[in-house]
Order: sequence, then structure tokens, then C-alpha cells
Amino acid sequence: MNLLATMIPIALVNATPIVIAALGGLFSERSGIVNIALEGIMMVGAFSAASVTVLLEPAASAGYWAMLVAVATGLAFSALHAFASIHLRADQVVSGTALNILAGGLTVYLCQIFFGQQRTDAFATGLSKISLPGLARLPLVGGVLFRDVHPTTLAALALVLATWFVVYRTPLGLRLRACGEHPQAAASVGIDVLRMRYLGVLTSGALAGLAGATLVLTQDIQYTVGSVHGTGFIALACLIFGKWNPFGALGAGLFFGLSQATSIYAKDIPFLHAVPQDFFFMLPYALTVVALLAFSGKSVGPLAAGEPYDAGRR
Amino acid sequence: MLGRRAALVPALAILLGFALGALVVAMTGRSPADMFAALLQGLSGVNLAARSFNPRYPGEFLVQAMPIMLTGLSVGFAFRTGLFNIGAEGQLMVGSLAAVAVGLWVPAPTVVHVALVLLAAMAAGGLWGAIPGWLKARFNVHEVVVSIMLNYVALHLNNWAVVDLFHSVDHVKTPILPATALLRSPALSALTNGSRLNWGFVPVVLSLLLYWFVIERTTFGFGLRAVGFNRECARYAGMKVNRSIVASMFVSGAFAGLAGAVITVGIFGFGRAIPAAEGYGFDGIAVALVGGNTAVGVFLSGLLFGLLKAAQPLMQSQGIPKEIASIIQASIVLFVAMKLGIEYLVGRLRAGDAPAAPEEAGT
Repeated sequence: MNLLATMIPIALVNATPIVIAALGGLFSERSGIVNIALEGIMMVGAFSAASVTVLLEPAASAGYWAMLVAVATGLAFSALHAFASIHLRADQVVSGTALNILAGGLTVYLCQIFFGQQRTDAFATGLSKISLPGLARLPLVGGVLFRDVHPTTLAALALVLATWFVVYRTPLGLRLRACGEHPQAAASVGIDVLRMRYLGVLTSGALAGLAGATLVLTQDIQYTVGSVHGTGFIALACLIFGKWNPFGALGAGLFFGLSQATSIYAKDIPFLHAVPQDFFFMLPYALTVVALLAFSGKSVGPLAAGEPYDAGRR
Repeated sequence: MLGRRAALVPALAILLGFALGALVVAMTGRSPADMFAALLQGLSGVNLAARSFNPRYPGEFLVQAMPIMLTGLSVGFAFRTGLFNIGAEGQLMVGSLAAVAVGLWVPAPTVVHVALVLLAAMAAGGLWGAIPGWLKARFNVHEVVVSIMLNYVALHLNNWAVVDLFHSVDHVKTPILPATALLRSPALSALTNGSRLNWGFVPVVLSLLLYWFVIERTTFGFGLRAVGFNRECARYAGMKVNRSIVASMFVSGAFAGLAGAVITVGIFGFGRAIPAAEGYGFDGIAVALVGGNTAVGVFLSGLLFGLLKAAQPLMQSQGIPKEIASIIQASIVLFVAMKLGIEYLVGRLRAGDAPAAPEEAGT
């Protein structure tokens, strides 16, 4: 039970960037553009956040400026994917893969230019934890959610609600979803499909940049090429078995946060400590495949996601 | 006309990629001339600045090109069936493990042993690749996400096996494989002034020929291409689409598994625990895309990207961060992905009789 008490905060920390990135993927895919570049955008966000933090520390606001910059760089980087796949009708998976390769190269290249090594310098604190005095006294959730948590965890929860509201309760969200389901029909009622898709991809870039910043500032001490280690891909999987729904993505993200926490603490769990640790490192990835299987057939994504928009087709 | 246009986009993409790379180098205060000098040295062994020649560099260049030609064939084969095999990296690691297992545990005479090692690696890589294929065919799970996840599973499986299964002494590498299992060639190495050049080029060339033959000259290959062109149409024509998907991913994985063996028994001679994926799978995607998924194209673009990899240490020694190679590679892939847009713009420019340069399309 004690172990569970230590694991839950870790699970929350791990889940936060997954959930934020999955929400990013949601905006992109709902508009009809598959964004496999989440991983690469997170790398760019993580790199810029780590660099800005190193630069501004020990200022207390360093982490917040870092996140702001990461949002901007993530957005700018995703514009490449948007331009290639929307305007130039590139294969979205290939274009996303190109961005993933580019992110790995570019961030480490810039590390060498700025820091003279394969990684950024280490930062001191990254993002400090906060407590909300009033809410922390709430029964059950208070201690877990509002005492000693990263502000990003709360932001992720707020973003889930905001995403749900925007996508399902506003005209903008309706238009966005229409472009992902049947862009020609959307265009026929006067919706600017290209503009909505740009909006979707750029929003996903901003969120994935934030997710990368969150990851590096709360789980790492510096940016390395291994910092993001597949989190963007896991976020994409969460989106799929969260059925392209913000609350589904939240649930899936928490599940993966817990499975990552398990892989860290497995050696302390009786019955499990004899199993080699490498198998626990595999766990989150293997579980993703199992979860995809379990939800296969039932999950229906946006119909037109992945197809370049051809205005002439019916 | 079609052939010329098919080569136009990759050629343009390569030019743009190198131009962008040179721009990044210049913008970060380094010399693009040094970058191109390093590429020339990697290709020919000629060092312009020192006016010297060292055949070790072309030898190393071929060593780098061999495995990525194989992962290129792997990705290309799946592409031909309309599948995106982003999992070549994992299939390669599993192939390498099988090569180590047969190398260490199955004693056999000289030539037979190497053949067994290579076949085992192909079988293992093929089975690892068939998993996402089968899941796609049976449960309609997207092969991209599954094979990415399997890459990470393979990475940790590899690291566990090297240490626990093969009893690594130093937690980094397995015991050295017996000489009968290796593709080492002292003669080739001596010829190139001590490079790691080895007999690995034999399975690579055979694979290129096999790829061409299967895709272009067999009913099996025709069926796969038909599924790749139009899945529903192929189904309507009575082809067993699901079986094609699994078979294609098996063959695709087998090429990647062979790449793992070529690296392990050709270059190193032992299995290695690695902290992260080494990027051979992504290299394969670039090689296949730029090569247009044909055997000849994969051969040529394998040489190109092999050169880029081989020139990395040379660039690093000139003060240019070696990651510039990834930046150039990614840009080339991105420009090739913009193919539809580039062709559309080129076509529109031609139709409008505007004699503008087609380069504008990609910038």
C-alpha cells in the first residue's frame, strides 16, 4: 500500500506529457491530418525548454518561460508538417517520419553548437511542485492532485476539459471534426478545409511542444536525444484506444503512466523482483500493443484522416 | 516520360536536401566547404587539404551502405504492398540476436555456419515483422503504431539477451562468435587499409537481385503490388489480401533481420547491448523512399546515405556536428514526401508555359 502511495505521484508525472501530447494528436487527427511527428515535436519542445531553463535559472520563473518557448518552437516545427501534408499533399506518415528524423538531428546539432556536447547542460530544478492549500484538504483526491504536484499535471486536466469543450461544444469544434470526417461535405457548406487543418496541426504542435517541455522539466535533468524515448508514439496509441476522445486519451494516458511507474518500481514488488528489469522496460510498449488489440474494431477514427484533401472528389 | 519524372523528384530532393544542410552549416558559423570536403573524402579517400589518399575511407563507406541497403529493401518491399514498415529497426535487432544464438550455440563447418547464421537472422526478423502484419490482417490494427512499439520491445529484449542469455561478461557485449560464423575478410580489410569491409556485400547483392526478381518477375510479387495499388480491387479479383499482408511483412522483416546479421557477424563479431535504437530503420525509410522502392533505386540511394553516414566522423573532426547528416537525410525525405505537390506545381508551370525553375516548388 505504501508502495502504491509512492507510485501514484510518479504515475501522474509520467502520464502528464502523454496526455498533453495525445490531446495535440486529437486536434490534428480530428481535422484530418495524421500526426506521427508528435514524437519529433516533443523533442524540439523538450530541447528548447531545457535550453531556456539552463539560460534563465536560477530565476524562479525559468520553467514557465521555458514552457512558453517550447509551445512556440513546437508550433513552428509542426508548421513544416502542416505545409507538407496540407498544401503539398505529402503522405502524412512519411512527412511525420521525416520530422521525427529531423528533430533528432536538429536538436543534437544545436546542442553541439550551444553547449559543445551531445546534450544540453543540466538544469538545477526544472519545474517546481506546487500545492493548492484549500483544495489539498479535499478528501481522497486532494492529497493526490493538489498537494506537491507539478502545475503541468493540473494544466493537463484543464486541457482535457478545454479540448472536450472546444471540440464537442463549439461551432469551431464541429467544423474541425467535419473536416476530418468528410472534408468535401464540409467545404460544400462553406468551411475552409485547409484553414481548419492548419489550425488542427498547429494546435497539435503547440501542445506537443508543451508536452515535451513538461517531460524534460519534470522527469529529466537535461535534454538528450533519448529524453522523449517514444512518449510521442505512446501518446498516439493513447489517442487511438482513447477513441479520439479527450477523456479516453486521459484514461489511456493514466494507464500508461502507471505502467511506466510499475517498470520503475517492479524491483520493489514481491513476486516481481526476480524478473529481469529489461522486461519491465518493455512493459509500457508491449501493453500498448495489447491495448490496441483489445480496442481494435471498436475504435473508429476520423474517416478522412490520412488522406490529402482533394477538393474535386465527391 | 514517366521514368524521367520518377527520377526527377528524388534528384531534386537530394539537391535541395544538401543545399539546406549547407545552409544550416553556414548559419551556425561552420564552413559548408568543409562539409563537402568530408563527403568527398568519405567517398574517394582523397583528402584535399592534406593532399593524401587513404583507401580505408571508401572501405568504411561501403560498410555503412550495406546494412541500410537491406533495411531499404525491407521498407521498400512493404511499401510495394501498401504497408509502412517503420519496424525495420526492431526486426534488425531480433535478426542480430538470432545470428548470435546460432553463431554461439550451433557448431557447423565454415561456409555452412555462416549460411545458417544468415538464414536464422532472416527467419527471426521475418517472424518479428509478421507480427504487425498479422495483427493488421486479422484485427485491422495499424501496422505503424504496432511496429514502433515492437522496436522498443526488441531493444529491451536485445539488452536482456546480451547480458542474461548470452552471459555477457562486461554487460555490453556477448562472447566473440567463432570464426566459422563470421563474414570477416582479412583480404578485403587489407585491400582497404584496415577498414571493416567484409563479405557482407555478398548477401546484400543477392538480396538486391532477389528483390528485383520477386517484385518484377513473379506471380507472388505481382499479387503484392496489386494489393499495394488497390487493396479492394485486388480482393475483388480474388487475391488473398490478408495473406499477402502477412507474407509481405515477413519478407520485409527478413531483409531487416539479414541487415542485423550483416552488422553483427560482418562488422563486430559479437552481439551488443545498446542504449537506444541506432537508426538503421529510419535510414531504411529514407533509402526506400528516395530509391522509389526499386532494387536499382535502393542500391543507389543506399550508397548515398551510406556515404552520408561514413562522412559523419570526418565532419565532426572539422567542427561540424555529425548530426548534420540526419538533418540532410530528413530534409531529403521531406522533399520526396512533397512529391505530389512538386509534380503538381511542375505540371502547372509547364501547362502555363511559364519557364520558371521547378526548385521553387520545394522551398
